[in-house]
Amino acid sequence: MTDPSTWSCPLPLADQPVITMAHGGGGQRSADLVEHLFLPAFGPAAAGAALTDAAVVELGPGRVACTTDSYVVQPLFFPGGDIGTLAINGTVNDLAMVGARPRVLTTAFVLEEGLELAVLDRIARSMGRAAAAADVRLLAGDTKVIERSSGDGLYITTSGIGTVDPDITLEPAQIQPGDRILVSGPIGRHGVAVLSRREGLEFGTTIESDCAPLHDLVQTLLAGGTTTRALRDLTRGGLATALCELAETASVGIEFDEALVPVPEPVRAACGFLGLDPLVVANEGTMVAFVAPSDAEHALATMHAHHRGRGAAIIGEVVAENPGSVVARTALGGRRVVLRPLGEQLPRIC
Amino acid sequence: MKYVAEFGAPELAQRLLDEIRATVTQPWTLMEVCGGQTHAIISHGIDQLLPESVELVHGPGCPVCVTPLALIDQSLAIAARPEVIFCSFGDMLRVPGSASDLYRVRAEGGDVRVVYSPLDAVELAAANPDREVVFFGVGFETTAPANALAIRTARDRGLGNFSVLISHVLVPPAIEAIVTSPDCRVDAFLAAGHVCTVMGLDQYEPLAQAHGVPIIVTGFEPLDVLDGIRRALGQLERGEAVVENAYPRAVQAAGNAAARATLEDVFETTDRQWRGIGTIDRSGWRLRPPYRAFDAAIRFAVDEITAPESERCQAGAVLQGHIRPTECPAFGEECTPASPLGAPMVSAEGACAAYYSHRRVDLRRREGTARANHS
Repeated sequence: MTDPSTWSCPLPLADQPVITMAHGGGGQRSADLVEHLFLPAFGPAAAGAALTDAAVVELGPGRVACTTDSYVVQPLFFPGGDIGTLAINGTVNDLAMVGARPRVLTTAFVLEEGLELAVLDRIARSMGRAAAAADVRLLAGDTKVIERSSGDGLYITTSGIGTVDPDITLEPAQIQPGDRILVSGPIGRHGVAVLSRREGLEFGTTIESDCAPLHDLVQTLLAGGTTTRALRDLTRGGLATALCELAETASVGIEFDEALVPVPEPVRAACGFLGLDPLVVANEGTMVAFVAPSDAEHALATMHAHHRGRGAAIIGEVVAENPGSVVARTALGGRRVVLRPLGEQLPRIC
Repeated sequence: MKYVAEFGAPELAQRLLDEIRATVTQPWTLMEVCGGQTHAIISHGIDQLLPESVELVHGPGCPVCVTPLALIDQSLAIAARPEVIFCSFGDMLRVPGSASDLYRVRAEGGDVRVVYSPLDAVELAAANPDREVVFFGVGFETTAPANALAIRTARDRGLGNFSVLISHVLVPPAIEAIVTSPDCRVDAFLAAGHVCTVMGLDQYEPLAQAHGVPIIVTGFEPLDVLDGIRRALGQLERGEAVVENAYPRAVQAAGNAAARATLEDVFETTDRQWRGIGTIDRSGWRLRPPYRAFDAAIRFAVDEITAPESERCQAGAVLQGHIRPTECPAFGEECTPASPLGAPMVSAEGACAAYYSHRRVDLRRREGTARANHS
């Protein structure tokens, strides 16, 4: 945990080691929090951040993509990341999935009275690092404080804007029978990492969340000339939910080989122990790509050459039969329908 | 996972399947008793790999499915009380009672928590002396030892604020009820391996003998299930009817002596109502008098709560193998996993939910489609 005495200008905050209602009042305490905690912690990513009512940015000609997402994960810190890295990477990935280059993010914090400033500082620093790594700027923000209630500490909402090159269109409607389905890496790590930390479960080895930005992998894939129809990042609900949603939206059937889906052995073991299906466990840095059949091997090689796609695999294909349905071919040679989970499998994972 | 993944090896499965195909000369109906086995069968597609003359009927061994409606309503009444922390395994939260479920009780302010062990609930009771901590103790013989241990631990630690809402049911009386029912069409049973890990085999010998049915104690990995099926069909074809242990790595003939002693100390047999089936004599456990102080139904005076089952729901006939889920008039129409009439549509291990998943797609293998595309 960061020691407040080592902060860039600790004096205005040091006598208040926890969040109080005053930090959300819009007065001096609020200003102190921005000036002495958020801006230093965000670092270069927040250079040029608006201290006015809104930021004005020049994005150049062409289309923009925009998205927003809220993050409520418990616990705040988990192996491989924290709520801050999640809040940056999650929104970056949403932009990346439509082929956008993420450019600008805004951040809104709901803080619970009593949250330690050192915890907030650590999370804000994670956000600064994650934003720098994803090459996005944090240009506007807001902070509210709520009375001590659930004990969750904080919630973060990030909104993002990215620019989309003129020749890029990624959408489910383009998916057609014959397309191959690639997954960019091993699945299930985020959900198991969060669950193991929250419930204090030990599985022999520490499973780290896959939380990571995917925009560069996407741009590399698109730059390689692969005919890519659609992308989807695997978040809550995992691979099964992503495939079911795309099969329904595109009105196609999807079939895949279970044995080809990369599942890390510790994830498989933890899921076996807890009665979970790795196909529905959450991810935060893994995606599926639907590509034209003739480009599948090239797309796979492109992913393998990128550090975020080393574990990529071709897992299946799009079929004309059973539109809207997803069928898994089991290792034994049987077949089963894959359904999206009805409700929560694991609460509060992102 | 070493020593587990090996029990899913496709080439060994193929050998077992070849042997099964070579064995079968006529139609047979097998019932896998345990919901965990149903899950393995569905998730690995084992049912489609068997010869068409072999039918698998999904049995009543899903605790979520057979817990009676009245008990769900009792749990809801307790969980809604402001002084109560209600602890349950996660899969009970979505089971519908007469008018609500535990999720809704939680949304309306009830303190409902998912735990992974009844001993976690005991720790909660120790940490919250001003609250009443209640654990929802459902399940078969498999989950009972941990519940018995939790109750003994609470007693030894003097935790007067801990109690358990007990709904333990037993496998052998259920097999007996099914095999003696006039509509029974089950030729052999795959008995639940982990139940036998606790209880051993001695209760099954008389059943096999008296009713002339093979009973194969079976595990839960794909090869376990296939081996259980192979042995059952072998006995049927040879005209035998004995108890076979196809799960010796986890089951000893005498069971687990320490667990059985704990169970014997804490529980006594009682008649139990099974959801959709009705009351089966001596088919469950309740707390013995020295432990009754830990019975949540008594402590919160909810044992008078009763609830009529849905008349449209044919869960009983399904759970006993009399009809297939698709033969129920409510199936897939007014009863779906999103809005279930009966419990077998709730749990992923439930027979109706399993059929519902299958029904959406014709799963018969089409020549030339499978795995040709990948090297």
